[in-house]
Amino acid sequence: MAMFEKILKRVLLAAVSLFAIITITFFLMNIIPGDPFMSEKATEETRAILIAKYGLDKPLIVQYGRYLQNLFHGDMGTSYVLQKGRAISTIVTESFAVSVRLGLKALIAAILIGVPLGCIAGLFKGKAADGAIRVISAIGISIPGYVLAAVLMLVLAVNLKALPVSYGKPGGEVMPIIVLAVYPTCYLMRLTRASILEVLGQDYLKTERARGMGEGRVIFIHALKNSLIPIITYLGPLTASILTGGFVAESVFNVPGLGRYFVNAISARDYTLIMGVTVFYAALIITMNLICDILYQVVDPRIQMA
Amino acid sequence: MKNILSLQLPVEKGDYDKLPADFYKTQTSQTDEIGFWRSSWRRLRENKIAMVSLVIILAIIVFAVLGPILSPYSYDQQVHGDENLWPCLKHPFGTDRLGRDLMVRCMTGTRISLLVGVVSAIIVMIIGSIYGAISGLLGGKADTIMMRIVDIIYSVPEILLIVVIKLVIDQPLTNLVDNVPFFHPLQKLGSGLIAIFIVYGCLYWVGMARIVRGQVLQLKEMEYVTASDALGAPNGWLIRQHLLPNCMGQIIATMMMQIPSAIFTEAFLSFLGIGVSAPMASLGSLTSEALSGINRAPYRMLFPAVLISLIILAFNLFGDGLRDALDPKMKKR
Repeated sequence: MAMFEKILKRVLLAAVSLFAIITITFFLMNIIPGDPFMSEKATEETRAILIAKYGLDKPLIVQYGRYLQNLFHGDMGTSYVLQKGRAISTIVTESFAVSVRLGLKALIAAILIGVPLGCIAGLFKGKAADGAIRVISAIGISIPGYVLAAVLMLVLAVNLKALPVSYGKPGGEVMPIIVLAVYPTCYLMRLTRASILEVLGQDYLKTERARGMGEGRVIFIHALKNSLIPIITYLGPLTASILTGGFVAESVFNVPGLGRYFVNAISARDYTLIMGVTVFYAALIITMNLICDILYQVVDPRIQMA
Repeated sequence: MKNILSLQLPVEKGDYDKLPADFYKTQTSQTDEIGFWRSSWRRLRENKIAMVSLVIILAIIVFAVLGPILSPYSYDQQVHGDENLWPCLKHPFGTDRLGRDLMVRCMTGTRISLLVGVVSAIIVMIIGSIYGAISGLLGGKADTIMMRIVDIIYSVPEILLIVVIKLVIDQPLTNLVDNVPFFHPLQKLGSGLIAIFIVYGCLYWVGMARIVRGQVLQLKEMEYVTASDALGAPNGWLIRQHLLPNCMGQIIATMMMQIPSAIFTEAFLSFLGIGVSAPMASLGSLTSEALSGINRAPYRMLFPAVLISLIILAFNLFGDGLRDALDPKMKKR
């Protein structure tokens, strides 16, 4: 069956991509000169013991094999710098729960605001509402996340004192969620608008109108349904943009999520942690993209999968 | 026997060998090229949003290019006694805690940000269009393999890989630029900036490659291309004369969209502390530096933040308009 074959191909591509990013990250991280214990005030002897303990004295290819094997069992190694000796899988599972709680809320907000506004813009093309929505969405995708975060903090928290500065107090979630949601919301608006406009020009709508179907029914039954389908494909990139947005929102507002860990790991040059989080995020994004593509394929079998 | 149809070509069967070597040129060169650019320009001029964006972009370029020349300060000059000043007549954008004039720093920062955008767009264009054109022209197995590679790179989340690659190549690159005489001229650019170019060059070209390949596949089927191919035009000539000019619209539109996205990504890298290297400043690094003192000195954030948002906005809107103008058939967004 053609459909099954296509899906199988897509799954294979996802697997290869994931494998590629694991491999690239592993070897890149090992190019960096020195070992994680360089900065320690340990004697040569203890350093040698530590290196032997973590298997860093073995040839690179052996280390790589072991890394893959461990990864397969959900073991991503140990953090050497930031949280000495703690397993990265524990750090990831603990802090990712926080990120997910924020991210899901932002995701829902983005869909609930972005899609309807995009529909309005598309249906009222050229009118004032369309103009306003287009301007807002263009501005929204042009402001870097941390600038938005700083402005929100300055206006809402410091000057108006409407919301607490730090996460954890009641209402502390609001600002991080706004920062996370703005870019995807604006992107969804543009996408929905474009999709609606494309469907509105299709011949089958003309046919329905010619057959005497009311304008309201044409739009709600045919146009909206068909124009919302392509938006499914954006859900994968949407996840990715909320994750990267999380780096910014979580560090600015001090949310103990995985994004903040990643940023801290970068400034502390905690390479194993960077590697762990990268692989974890990559797996997540690739899986989301995979699910979206398959879903899209099932809904609209005409589409050629990448 | 002369067929009526063959009148169009002054050749008879078996005569091909006697033709002048550049016969294909006189028969199938493109003549309506000017018409395409002129009509695109007319469509673009009618788009008010795009024209306003263009004016903003030009104004910002003037600001960035002429500003530092006219300013009495240099971007890394520390004026003693002028530390932590709010905007005033002497320093319209204020100064930072080392007494450096923020206006001139914003000007050079704009230079760097624009440089990041434009150079990465050019890198992406070169790699992407060559790769895409080769893949599309070769076709068959080679095309399949080359496109599988593109698919893999495409489905890898690029922002993560950018961070990882940037982290790794920073140090070796600095050593290379500082110690190998051959690379000394690059010192002025700073290794941080070069690393960013390399990273973008590694990852961002795939979108362009896909677009160019798609275009080439379409064009390959066109009769006039088949005609010049049949008349013996060499491959290089086919590419220069038919394929590239016809892809140009899409290539330019994609390039324009690459500029704001590169500037945006550089700002994100600066936020992570791995953007351009100090004392050089991009708008991204200026805004992220201002982040720590946002309560005491919000003016430090204000100017670079407004500038960077304005640049990205103007390029986004102009890119949209340009794409619509260059490709009226596919008015899609």
